Amino acid sequence: MAAITSPADRLIDPLTTTRTASLWRDTLANIVRQRNARVGLVILGILLFAAIFADVVAAYNPDKVLFDQGIKRLSAPCIHLLGCPATTPEHLFGIDANGRDEFSRVLHGARISLQVGFLTVGFAIVIGSLLGLIAGYASGRIETVIMRTMDVLLVFPALLLAIAIVAALGPGLINAQLAIGIVAIPVYARIMRSSVLSVRQSDFVTGSRALGESPIGLVFRRILPNSLTPTIVAGTLGIAGAVLDVAALSFLGLGAQPPTSEWGSMVGQDRGYLFTAPHLVFFPGVALAMTVFGFNLLGDGIRDALDPRLNR
Amino acid sequence: MTTYIVRRLLITIPVLFGVIVLVFAITRILPGDPCRILLGERATDAACNVFSHAHGLDLPISQQFVSYLGSVSRGDLGNSFRDSRPVTALLIERLPMTLELSIFALLFATIVGITLGVVSAYRRNSAVDVVTMAFANLGVSIPVFVLGLLLAFTFAILLKGTPFALPPSGRLTPGLSVVPLAVRWGLQNDHGILRAIVDFLSNMYTVNGLLSAQWGLFLDALRHLILPAVALGTIPLAIIARITRSSLLDVLGLDYVRTARAKGLSDGRVVRKHALPNAMLPMVTIIGLQIGGLLSGAVLTETIFGLPGVGQATYDAITSHDFAVIEGFVLVIALAFLVINLIVDISYAYLDPRLRPS
Repeated sequence: MAAITSPADRLIDPLTTTRTASLWRDTLANIVRQRNARVGLVILGILLFAAIFADVVAAYNPDKVLFDQGIKRLSAPCIHLLGCPATTPEHLFGIDANGRDEFSRVLHGARISLQVGFLTVGFAIVIGSLLGLIAGYASGRIETVIMRTMDVLLVFPALLLAIAIVAALGPGLINAQLAIGIVAIPVYARIMRSSVLSVRQSDFVTGSRALGESPIGLVFRRILPNSLTPTIVAGTLGIAGAVLDVAALSFLGLGAQPPTSEWGSMVGQDRGYLFTAPHLVFFPGVALAMTVFGFNLLGDGIRDALDPRLNR
Repeated sequence: MTTYIVRRLLITIPVLFGVIVLVFAITRILPGDPCRILLGERATDAACNVFSHAHGLDLPISQQFVSYLGSVSRGDLGNSFRDSRPVTALLIERLPMTLELSIFALLFATIVGITLGVVSAYRRNSAVDVVTMAFANLGVSIPVFVLGLLLAFTFAILLKGTPFALPPSGRLTPGLSVVPLAVRWGLQNDHGILRAIVDFLSNMYTVNGLLSAQWGLFLDALRHLILPAVALGTIPLAIIARITRSSLLDVLGLDYVRTARAKGLSDGRVVRKHALPNAMLPMVTIIGLQIGGLLSGAVLTETIFGLPGVGQATYDAITSHDFAVIEGFVLVIALAFLVINLIVDISYAYLDPRLRPS
């Protein structure tokens, strides 16, 4: 017969037992549990490794012209393991039109793409969220002015508006990032505004206001932290788009300028050799696609992990 | 319904005004003097004065804006700084190409995307589903310009000499000429709106081929459109497939679908007649949203495949400071975008009776 436990046995000592359930730890566990997100994390891990250790892994300086080492421009990849004669120097991704090692250039491109993704979206999120926060909290005329301006920005095809902004600021990687960032602002402003509108009605906000919290305190201590989730989700998915768009500007010659080893500009510069040296388009193109693929998978994973409506 | 449409149209007026202001402002803050860029670095001051006067650039900004607003409201988009041709004539020349490309890309994306999404949702978690969704994820990730170049390489070089070979650039095979519909139909002397419409249609080569029963022209134009349309349509395709799958999965789990199954309806009929119509709403939204993306993608696709469309023309105009062309083209693109959004909103009401304004 089972022993009858006394009520005292069932009492749990709050000091010794359960670990506090951390929101972040739960979320992280949920992300890692998903196959797509794991694949995304692996891809981005490789990318991060390439970005950090590019100087160590790459055998050559990405900007160094190697004509003195007996190579021919536009040479196809030479890998000794795959039957390339040992007398020829090994170049995994071949040689570009200026006699530089393509593998070293693609590796160094990882740095730029990572930085582009985070900085561009970071900029758009900060400015967009601030505008959305103000619009959602202030309401009235300020809201109308901010949100109608956002509507106007959204009417333009993103890339055309970005091209116009870069044309005004002058070509360059920083300006291209700024342009793509500006174009993305309305998305985050809208998301933040709509979450602020729902959060500001909550009882805890009314309570804080009744307790005499200042408007600034209400916005930044109470409303903002509770409105962040949709922005984080949109932001992670937005990184993929930002990397693509900045690469597109570079492809058109408006972003990173030579000799910077940026993937979009490498494809743009070498597309004339598509029929004679396809490796110059293929490798940076695939690197770019894989990066965007990784961010997309991770973004989907974070969205699923943070969305309580989905059954897991 | 009519009042709803009228109200939606009224809302677009301030947005359109905002677009005009913004485009006007951007063109005016572009660094560099349009005269020196168009006439060359060593243009004399006298020549530049004549240039500025001819294009009204010597007037105060506010006056330039008012006169621009006046002419836009009369349907006059001004003349190109570069070749002094009316912007509307340039639009009739360039827009059909982009429209044709976008229509084929959207058709490809919608038909293939919805099919893949339906199959994927219907065979959830099967190998077909996993492979389709992996492709969809990859499809969203490949930059248009990389995909375009890889397609060109595959179909023009690797498959050269096989029946699958496709041309990597241009609109028609060299040597093939297009007779404008206006000439064919004896409308050369007409200069009104009818002529403009006929010229517009005539510049869509597939439409021209169809209307004049020149099947060779139609097929050749179509063959040249396949690669650009696939390159441009792949990202929308992947997005449409994903949304179709997830919104169909939501609906397939509902009680009324179980009831339909319990009645003994075939699976195909349950999906087509019962589930799909109710899953359409998010799909229509997404398809509508893709159209803006298509116009962005068109700039890149036109660059890669050497197609003289609106994207290319706008890019050239921005880099050469051709204010009138930038303003005119961007205005028309924004207008098209607003109209598409309006159509999407109205189609909601059609698809979901609950959203019909009472």
